Amino acid sequence: MAGKTLFDKIWDSHVVDNVEGGPSVLYIDRHFIHEVTSPQAFAGMNERGVKARRPEKTVATADHNIPTIDQHLPIQEELSRFQVNKLKENAEEHGIELYGLNHPYNGIVHVIGPELGITQPNMTIVCGDSHTSTHGAFGTIAFGIGTSEVEMVLTTQCLMQSRPKTMRINIEGELKEGVVSKDIILYIISQISTSGATGYFVEYAGSAIRSLSMEARMTICNMSIEMGARGGLIAPDETTFEYVKGREFAPTGEEWEKKLAEWKKLPSDPDAVFDKELTYKAEDIEPMITYGTNPGMGVGITQNVPTLDSIESSSQNSFKKSLEYMDYNPGDAMIGKKVDYVFVGSCTNGRIEDLRMFTDFVKGKKKADNVEVWIVPGSKQVEKQAEDEGLVKILEDAGFVMRQPGCSACLAMNEDKIPEGKYAVSTSNRNFEGRQGPGARTMLASPLTAAAAALTGVVTDPRTLL
Amino acid sequence: MAIDKFVTVESSCVPLPIENVDTDQIIPARFLKATTKEGFGDNLFRDWRYDKAGNPKEDFVLNQSTYSGEILVAGKNFGSGSSREHAAWAVYGYGFKVVVSSFFADIFKNNALNNGLLPVQVSDAFLDKLFVEIEKDPKTIVKVDLENETISIPSENVSEKFEINAYKKECLINGYDDIDYLISIKDKIEAWEKENAK
Repeated sequence: MAGKTLFDKIWDSHVVDNVEGGPSVLYIDRHFIHEVTSPQAFAGMNERGVKARRPEKTVATADHNIPTIDQHLPIQEELSRFQVNKLKENAEEHGIELYGLNHPYNGIVHVIGPELGITQPNMTIVCGDSHTSTHGAFGTIAFGIGTSEVEMVLTTQCLMQSRPKTMRINIEGELKEGVVSKDIILYIISQISTSGATGYFVEYAGSAIRSLSMEARMTICNMSIEMGARGGLIAPDETTFEYVKGREFAPTGEEWEKKLAEWKKLPSDPDAVFDKELTYKAEDIEPMITYGTNPGMGVGITQNVPTLDSIESSSQNSFKKSLEYMDYNPGDAMIGKKVDYVFVGSCTNGRIEDLRMFTDFVKGKKKADNVEVWIVPGSKQVEKQAEDEGLVKILEDAGFVMRQPGCSACLAMNEDKIPEGKYAVSTSNRNFEGRQGPGARTMLASPLTAAAAALTGVVTDPRTLL
Repeated sequence: MAIDKFVTVESSCVPLPIENVDTDQIIPARFLKATTKEGFGDNLFRDWRYDKAGNPKEDFVLNQSTYSGEILVAGKNFGSGSSREHAAWAVYGYGFKVVVSSFFADIFKNNALNNGLLPVQVSDAFLDKLFVEIEKDPKTIVKVDLENETISIPSENVSEKFEINAYKKECLINGYDDIDYLISIKDKIEAWEKENAK
């Protein structure tokens, strides 16, 4: 019998029951909730007259709908204020820990889980948010769910899920200078498309993956959903254990030793077989930038927007519609394209290493006059660390201002909206039409590429400024 | 809270021959501020449907009286992007009982099934045939028979089988939801927890 994959090991150890010819019942170790996808779930529970079954395994935060300035004041927008208050009410009623606005642990849900040591290897983790795949970087089965499923987990601590197929994506070799983990994932999606991994759970492996820090691994796992994958994970190793050790909610003493021994058994067996396997060379990857309206429409920064004849005929209509929205032409160079806004933040690239990357790049230089730049830390702890490390001072000297934590312009539910027709280089995860504001035009990129654009006011290869 | 029972649908269709329709188009983020499930149908495809001033855009299919019905026929990879169930609520709330495409994004498919909205995956060829027939005659009737797992264009005498998980089919036909099932196996869950105390 063939060995088991990392995914198999975690899945199999969490199955409570199997429905004949149907889904498995999966036990959920950690359930993260936020203000946008939980209210109707709590309403459903109230209708049934039930309370959250395992509040101690549930953690709440307010992140999507909150402002990123003046957080000490009541939220101005009425509906947003109501929704954030609803979460507070619901959390209190059900005994769920809430790291709300102004709490020292508040932040974007997929930033705070890992930084607090709540996310640990070998767990099943869900949240009403598709970027829950982020936590897979720790060797967990983590994925996004809809509000009905949020209600399911709150009510029973279980979920019904069909077992996905498994895919392993190997990135071998060494990344070139100026190329970072965001470029790896944008590259992969450009190769396999936004539906290339639908029905699969992806394991990322290979020497280039092993060499990455935890935060860099989180960036990759975060965007697994953008290629249609149910989730993405990376086998835990010394880097993982070092990161988790000593964090607020990490196990300690005897419990730590016990867990460590368990976690070391997780990596895929050498003879494990995946339903699909792909391999890419790290050296082939350049800084990436998207030109279109889905995350798969990306190219290396020195390359051009594809020509029409290079696109499959059945997809040509969508391609044309996309370029029309962006006001780009087939064959256009990306370098030199106008940039009006730069957004640094989100659950993809809003952590301390991302802020350090951006700050180091702009140190001693000046922000371009024609660009508005929003730098949004992923959490209050990241914000504090940025201040303590002196990053904020360096940014201010270069003409940049750091805002307060939240999802912000990634999905523009709050006031941080890119105006119609304006171009934004964004370290977030989606460039759909209107994602960052009605009519907004998004180019996804790494914090380095975003920094280069912030200094020059146009799309720029960061390697030319290193 | 059960879901609406799914009964055989025989209806004309609304064609949306666009690929990769993502959840931000189906229901833009600014409408996620709601705390109830009502009213999402009004904002389905909001920014394709209405201009900035709130006037209906003439060239968008939902604003054309030529097309109507309980079946939405969409280009491949429908529903990609966010896990927002609000997207399924919007499609269902508008009045669609079925979405037909050659490919569905996973989370949207799941959310749809959990709300009595049936995603029917057909071959590229069948999808093309549908678009062609609807263009020839906007009132073309399409029949979706869940019991027999078949979608057909009766006037053209063509049909195709579609795949649906046996458990999900049972739930849709009977209006059951997963929570009812999970509550019924409460003892198994408690036993598992005791055995696997973490």
